[in-house]
Amino acid sequence: MLVDNEVCERVLGEALKRGGEFAEIFVEDRRATSARYDEGRVEELTSGRDRGAGIRVIVGESTGFAHTADLSEAGLLEAAKGAATAVGRGAAATKSVGRLVEQRASNRSSSTNKATLPETIDKGAKIALLQRADAAAREVSGAIQSVSVSYADSRRKIQIANSDGLSTGDDRVRTRFMVQCVASGDTGMQTGMEAPGRGMGFEFFNDFEVESIARTAAERSVSLLSAVPAPSGQMAVVLKRGAGGVLFHEACGHGLEADLVQRDASVFKDRIGTQVASELVTVIDDGTFAREWGTYDIDDEGQAAQRNVLIENGVLTDYMWDLVRARKSGRASSGNGRRETYRHLPMVRMTNTFLPAGDTDPDAIIRDTQYGIYCVQLGGGQVDTATGDFVFGVTEGYLIENGEITRPIRAAQLVGNGPQTMTLVDAVGNDFETWTGTCGKSGQGVPVSSGQPTLRVARMTVGGTAS
Amino acid sequence: MSAIQTSQPVLLELCEQIASSAHPGEEIEAYASRSRETDIDVFDGAIASLTVAGSSGVGIRVIQDYRQGFAWAGSLDPDVIADALNEARDNAKFAEPDEFNGLVDRETANAHDRPELSLWDDRLDAVELDAKIAYALDLDRRVRGADPRIRNVESTSYGDGLVESALVSSNGISATNRRTIASASSVAIAGTTDDTQTGYGFSVGRTFEALNSDEILAMAVERSTRLLGAQQPNGRRIAVLFDPMVTASFLGVLSAAFNGESMLKGRSLFIDRLGEAIAAPAVHLVDDPTDQRSLGASPYDGEGVSCRANTLIADGIMQGFLHNSYTARRAGTATTGSAVRGGYRSTPGVGVRSLRLTPGLQSPLELAQPFAEVLYIQAVHGLHSGTNPISGDFSVGAEGIMIRDGAYQEPVRELTIASTVPKMLFAVTGIGNDTTYLPGGTVGVSLLIEEMMMSGS
Repeated sequence: MLVDNEVCERVLGEALKRGGEFAEIFVEDRRATSARYDEGRVEELTSGRDRGAGIRVIVGESTGFAHTADLSEAGLLEAAKGAATAVGRGAAATKSVGRLVEQRASNRSSSTNKATLPETIDKGAKIALLQRADAAAREVSGAIQSVSVSYADSRRKIQIANSDGLSTGDDRVRTRFMVQCVASGDTGMQTGMEAPGRGMGFEFFNDFEVESIARTAAERSVSLLSAVPAPSGQMAVVLKRGAGGVLFHEACGHGLEADLVQRDASVFKDRIGTQVASELVTVIDDGTFAREWGTYDIDDEGQAAQRNVLIENGVLTDYMWDLVRARKSGRASSGNGRRETYRHLPMVRMTNTFLPAGDTDPDAIIRDTQYGIYCVQLGGGQVDTATGDFVFGVTEGYLIENGEITRPIRAAQLVGNGPQTMTLVDAVGNDFETWTGTCGKSGQGVPVSSGQPTLRVARMTVGGTAS
Repeated sequence: MSAIQTSQPVLLELCEQIASSAHPGEEIEAYASRSRETDIDVFDGAIASLTVAGSSGVGIRVIQDYRQGFAWAGSLDPDVIADALNEARDNAKFAEPDEFNGLVDRETANAHDRPELSLWDDRLDAVELDAKIAYALDLDRRVRGADPRIRNVESTSYGDGLVESALVSSNGISATNRRTIASASSVAIAGTTDDTQTGYGFSVGRTFEALNSDEILAMAVERSTRLLGAQQPNGRRIAVLFDPMVTASFLGVLSAAFNGESMLKGRSLFIDRLGEAIAAPAVHLVDDPTDQRSLGASPYDGEGVSCRANTLIADGIMQGFLHNSYTARRAGTATTGSAVRGGYRSTPGVGVRSLRLTPGLQSPLELAQPFAEVLYIQAVHGLHSGTNPISGDFSVGAEGIMIRDGAYQEPVRELTIASTVPKMLFAVTGIGNDTTYLPGGTVGVSLLIEEMMMSGS
């Protein structure tokens, strides 16, 4: 426990002194290490430590928030007073804090119980991984001009107590390994990147071989050297398993976040129970997905992570909720309240968002495509949830001509409109893979994953330079 | 009214203590910052959230036997700082020696005069919270009622910050800085549920009094309503006119190619191009952190070296790369005062603070005048996923308005524009007279590029 329950009770009492209806203290102690290997040498090792608490008070529709790096009782009381003053207008306390009852016997979560904690591993062992990856990438081709490898781990202990009597905590460990290569040839330079991450400790490297990550990145950069300009205009788009989960993250995921829906900033407002996608499309956001990058036991408001079906066979079934918005609507949170650090307010966020496997052979999907592009890696995307217009970038793609994958294409952006694109999914494969990313919203970045089988969108607008 | 507080002496003393603990043969640099922030988010005529908070932290760099280690802590507690110093020392042991590692000396730091900049406004510290709340509520109400086509306001925000920092090294560097910033913005939602457009309006300055709510209002209304009815256009090659905010984003992509570290590592488009034409003659590009109107202005860089204006392209000719002291030593040249830090959490890298195109004399419509048809780009999407400063590929989602016959015509959406960064630089036919200072390291101005591929239906 980072802060004693008795101290939390007094801090919450202070937070409620100006008419607050709900108060919460979120305490965090995060340690992170990273190492970067570039130009064949260890360039930098970094260690970081962040420790503090955020306190919020809700009065009516308004939230007052203050945070502090000072975890002494005096420091916390001062922050509580700041949060209360921010929204309370001199009113007396109308609500008292009940006795906090800890809801978890141990503050080690299921993920850290299984993990080889990064702090138990010698820094030299982490560096050895970087060297192995660098060597493997360089062996791929003489065209590899530069290799940059990095390792990052973090361990984040959190504690949450609120005026409803909740007292809980989580202990999360994450590990990520990144390789970026630059290949050089007659047509200029091309880059290739591969960067898997999981909610795991050092045992991550039992599941992932660093040489394999490095070769994927290196081969990607080399293959792009012979890339032709991407086509432009509307055409069929086949997304390889794992590559296209970000499509659903952007095309519908953000629009299903209850805070945006309540702000009239979603094209999916008032559409529950209606057909919003092709019948082949089921979209699930699952915070319990085993040891994935976006997985946790409890969210940052202390609510249990859940598997939430958002779209089932094309019909919109539910939005994602955090505690505050769920309370207002008289329902339970879906366990999607997340915050980047104790310095940020929680809001509705995705976890691991995916489309489950269908029953079509992925090769048959390609054979069945006359002309289009095959996306093997996407570089992220962006959406305006109010209009539904979204984009995502293809960082490794190929032309499909007469049912065959032919030439690699240079990087290009794809654009679409969420509700329209979702209805145009016309083939879903029987394979599946996930993709690791960081999702940004209102200035906060949180770890997420997305996943899908190989699938086809009948037409999207591809933004290449070829006529 | 709160008394005007300053943390600089405290931060300086803290950094001095850390730096003075250097053992013989060891170099230590300490950077500490403290900020106080207010953030107000308004929705539906009421405060949705109000944050009043302070943050502080320290970043410690240790160099021993040419090996560098780094550690940071989001706290100024003595025990946490002591841990961070130990970690930085330990990390240095695992790094490999690099003869170019080292901290700058005072002579290098002061080779250029330190610019006198006024980046702090005492008035911001004295503004009552109630005045800030009233401002945000009033702005939200006015945007909501500004035009019958405005259906809702996604959010209205006010934010300000008072940031103070100190940098001390065992090599004799000692510097402090402080700056204030205030900003307000609103996102309007226009149209019906069948035809929705959003528009962003903002204002930013060094103090509360500098904010102009009339401008925010006009901008949010104009940018949301003028796109109503937008359709997907047919794809074709077309001249494009970048809005100042779009140009600022483009300069952000371009800036990576002038980074001395990218050049040394073989990741710049402009390796071996010094003295050659890399852009149309109209292009004059300079990074000028000494322009105090710019929000990225700074008297010294992330290593304590005096900032100065660095010309990168003159009349289309490549003039040089930006360097910090490390990349300069490796390249056999002098630092350009371009070390940047991402706060206390990172070591000084290389970057731009106020990258700008020298403005021309024409208005946006005058720039478009020579062309039968021009696509004005109001906003672009997916910059991080569709552009690559190493390969030069540039493909982004966009929305905008067609310009013909000297006037704005029909709005367009769900399109992409694509080219490569080198081709775009040579295709510049004009730069506008509408320099716009924005948050971030680049400055906005209208930019006309005579051909890009527009992809649509």
